[in-house]
Amino acid sequence: MAGEGEKKPVLEMIQADGADEGCVTFVLHDEDHTLGNSLRYMIMKTLDVEFCGYTITHPSESKINFRIQTRGGLPASEPLRRGLNELTDVCQHVLNTFQARVNEFKEGQEQPME
Amino acid sequence: MWAELSRLLGKMAATMKNVEEIRSRVILGEFGVKNVHTSDFPGNYPGYDDTWDMQKFQKNFRIDVVHLDESSMEFDMVGIDAAIANAFRRILLAEVPTMAIEKVFIYNNTSIVQDEVLAHRLGLIPIRADPRLFEYRNAEQQLGASEIDTIQLQLKIKCSRNPRASKESSDPRELYLNHMVHIYWVPIGNQADVFADSSIGPVHDDILIAQLRPGQELDIVMHCVKGIGKDHAKFSPVATASYRLLPEITLLEQVEGEKAERLKRCFSRGVIDLEDVNGKKVAKVVNSRLDTCSREVLRHDDLKNVVKLGRVRDHFIFTVESTGILPPDVLVTEAIKVLMAKCQRFLNELDSTDMK
Repeated sequence: MAGEGEKKPVLEMIQADGADEGCVTFVLHDEDHTLGNSLRYMIMKTLDVEFCGYTITHPSESKINFRIQTRGGLPASEPLRRGLNELTDVCQHVLNTFQARVNEFKEGQEQPME
Repeated sequence: MWAELSRLLGKMAATMKNVEEIRSRVILGEFGVKNVHTSDFPGNYPGYDDTWDMQKFQKNFRIDVVHLDESSMEFDMVGIDAAIANAFRRILLAEVPTMAIEKVFIYNNTSIVQDEVLAHRLGLIPIRADPRLFEYRNAEQQLGASEIDTIQLQLKIKCSRNPRASKESSDPRELYLNHMVHIYWVPIGNQADVFADSSIGPVHDDILIAQLRPGQELDIVMHCVKGIGKDHAKFSPVATASYRLLPEITLLEQVEGEKAERLKRCFSRGVIDLEDVNGKKVAKVVNSRLDTCSREVLRHDDLKNVVKLGRVRDHFIFTVESTGILPPDVLVTEAIKVLMAKCQRFLNELDSTDMK
């Protein structure tokens, strides 16, 4: 890990000793409600998640504590990864739909002028 | 027995409708707003499968563009949750990058505007340059503005008395030459070739920066860099970006005559219309989208039980007003891409820690 002292951490995992892998607090750096709330929503929609929440520890520090507790021994990074993937898919679908509709609207606007 | 059974079924049907309302509507009451939070998570409602289903989302999701021109757009996003719609709004305000003046080198300023006030005003001017073609400036790179991350602008002007003005005029436009100040672009490196067709400079060329009188001059060189609104509001690409939920007005009983006239006046114009039924004027909800939800009707005792006010929780009417740097539809696409990039960053981090 030499030379990594300068690199800023992006994501940390904090786990209580003795607890299973299902209850983990992730610290996401340089993030706020923008990603926190939308990610919390996607993860809450998953079935095996017993608890999901996030806090901003202090408004002057830009990091969030994101807690996930799962049922049935599922490791907590699983719902996190699935939530991030699903959020990416949602954004992709929104992007495609939006671009298609804007193009349709622009074409519709040009036609009456011709 | 049949009477009891039918009464029970009637109550169940009523509760079913109530549950649908709790799940999908925000109720505007007289003293408070109810059912604000999203509650359709798996396990909350028996009989409903609320697990995330991409197919169901894609089937219910739609976008309708209502209005679009170079400076503003209004569109509807239906079928998405408030958390994600709000994320788009926050990113539009604070995390879509633009170019703005950051460093101001003042060689001569004899105007009455102080140096720092002048520099502050220059920073807030929107600069027409596509930020996607530039890179962020590295923090360590102190010296030199390279062509890939900086735009250089110059302002050099001196105000003098207009010799051709008549004796009695007191209009500054006639009396003085060059008393209102404009900016022009000085290309660095190969920028002149890359940006030959697009004109780089302020979006509006009639923004007043400072007023001068004869003998005062300004000689300033400015460097623009790429930044985001989170750092300083001058980098925000939108004049504003906001959304509101679609209002929903239901009339619980038929309202006619003079009461209908008063009901019509309680809402914004165009929401309620009076139509002729059997010779009487009956109120009908024509276009609830135009309503501003002032809840005026709840102030009248005889009208407040006639109407149910609410908002549809997953129908967002977005309004995006751009400052002119990028067209509003490009801004929305960039905002969605920023959210995807954020998710990707953490996915990469998760994958790299797993592989260790």
